[in-house]
Amino acid sequence: MFNYTFHWNQALKALPQMLDGALVTLEIALVSMAIGLACAIGLTLFRLSGNRLLGSFASAWVEIARNTPALFQIYMAHFGLGNFGLHLSPYAALLVGIAFNNAGYLAENFRGALKAIPDTQTRAGRSLGMTSLQAFRLVVLPQMLRVAFLPASNQMVWAILMTSLGVTVGMNADLAGVTQELNARSFRTFEFFALAAVIYYVIAKAVTLAARALAWRMFRY
Amino acid sequence: MIEIENVRKSFGPLEVLKGIDLTVEKGEVVTIIGGSGSGKSTLLTCINGLEPIDSGRIVIDGTDVHAKGTDLNRLRRKVGIVFQQWNAFPHLTVLENVMLAPRKVLGLTKDKAEQIAVKQLTHVGLGEKLKVYPARMSGGQQQRMAIARALAMSPEYMLFDEVTSALDPMLVGEVLDTLKMLAEEGMTMICVTHEMAFARDVSDRVAFFHQGVMAEIGAPDQIFGAPQHAETQKFLASVR
Repeated sequence: MFNYTFHWNQALKALPQMLDGALVTLEIALVSMAIGLACAIGLTLFRLSGNRLLGSFASAWVEIARNTPALFQIYMAHFGLGNFGLHLSPYAALLVGIAFNNAGYLAENFRGALKAIPDTQTRAGRSLGMTSLQAFRLVVLPQMLRVAFLPASNQMVWAILMTSLGVTVGMNADLAGVTQELNARSFRTFEFFALAAVIYYVIAKAVTLAARALAWRMFRY
Repeated sequence: MIEIENVRKSFGPLEVLKGIDLTVEKGEVVTIIGGSGSGKSTLLTCINGLEPIDSGRIVIDGTDVHAKGTDLNRLRRKVGIVFQQWNAFPHLTVLENVMLAPRKVLGLTKDKAEQIAVKQLTHVGLGEKLKVYPARMSGGQQQRMAIARALAMSPEYMLFDEVTSALDPMLVGEVLDTLKMLAEEGMTMICVTHEMAFARDVSDRVAFFHQGVMAEIGAPDQIFGAPQHAETQKFLASVR
C-alpha cells in the first residue's frame, strides 16, 4: 500500500555504533544531572538565604529554565554565548544547556519537598536539643529526599531525552547524532529512527524502574 | 526549680502572656487549665526557649533561659517537651526515633542509646513495637513514643502541651496513664491539659489561665472544689 520496503538489516548492522552513541547519551545525561543537582542545591540555598539579590537570581534561573524551550537553552549555550566570544563545543553546549534546565526543575522540586515537611518536625528535633543544622540534616532532609526522589528521577529521564536536541548544535556522537548521520548516509530514516526510539525507550524505562526499585529500598516507611 | 517572673509575650499586636509569675519546685506536678487562647501552650514553649519572650525572666536551676549566651540546646536536654501533635519522625522506626537524640545530641554509643531507648519504650508500654514505623501505630501509641523519646534524654523537667487533645477519646486513657506513672515516679512536670479528672488526680497544684493572665492557682481540691475567681467558676462550669 505504501510501496516501501523495510531494510531492517541495515539498521541492525549499525546497532553497535548506535549503542556506542547511547553510552554518550547516558554520559551527558548523568553528568548534566550531577551538575544540575549541585546547581539546584545552590539555588535552593540562595532562595532560603533571605538575601534579595541571591533570591532573585535563583528565581530568575528557575523561571527561565522552566518556561522556555530546552532547545533555546542549548542554542543559547552554543550560538548565544558564541556571540560573546565564548565558544563551547557541541558536547559542552549540550551539557550546559541540559544542566541549566535540570537545575531549574530540580530547584523547584526541592522547594516543594521542603514545603512538604511541616515545621513541627524541626521543632520536635530542636526540642530534643538538636541544633538547627542537626534538625535539618537528621529530621528534615531524609524526609525531603523521599518527596524529591521520584520527581528527580523523572528529570533524569527528561535529561536523557533532551540530549537528542544536540543534533541542532552539531552534536554527532550521541545516539541522536549517530542516528542522524546514519540516516543521512542511507536515507533509511524510518528504520534508523525507529531503532533509536527503541533504545531511548529501553534506557528511559530502565531508569524509571531502577529509580522505583531504589525508592522502594530506601523509603520503606 | 523553674522560676517564671513577670513574663510577657506578644504575637504582633496580640499580647498572649500578660505578666505570668509561677514557681515550680523539683518533683512538683503543676497542671495548667484554661480556655483556648489563654496563653497556656505559649508559656510552655517559652519555658524551653522555643519561643522568645518580650520581657520578664524564666530561670531553670539558675540558668536564665532567654539571656544572651544561654546554650538552649544544652538546656533543652534537661527540659523535655511533648506536643499535642506528637511529631513522630516518620522516616525512622520507633526505636530509631527514640535513639536519635541520645546518639546525635548526647553523643552516646549506638549500644548505649539503644539500651536507653528500649528501656524507655518498654516503660511506656511499647516494648513490642521497636521495629515498627510510626505510620503503622495509633495516635495514642505515637504519643507514648514521643514521651519515651523525650524521656530518653533523661530530662529533669517535662512539659506536656495538651498531649491528649488530638487523640480519639478511646486512646486518651493510655496516654494519661503514662503521665500518671511519671508523676508517681517523681518527675517534675508542667501539664497543659483539658482533662479535668487528670488535673484533679495528679496535680500538686492547678493553675487557671484566662486571657494571658494566671487568674488563680492552688491545690486541686481548692480549684475544683471552691474556685475563687469568677472566670475559673465559669470555665469549670462549662467543662463539667
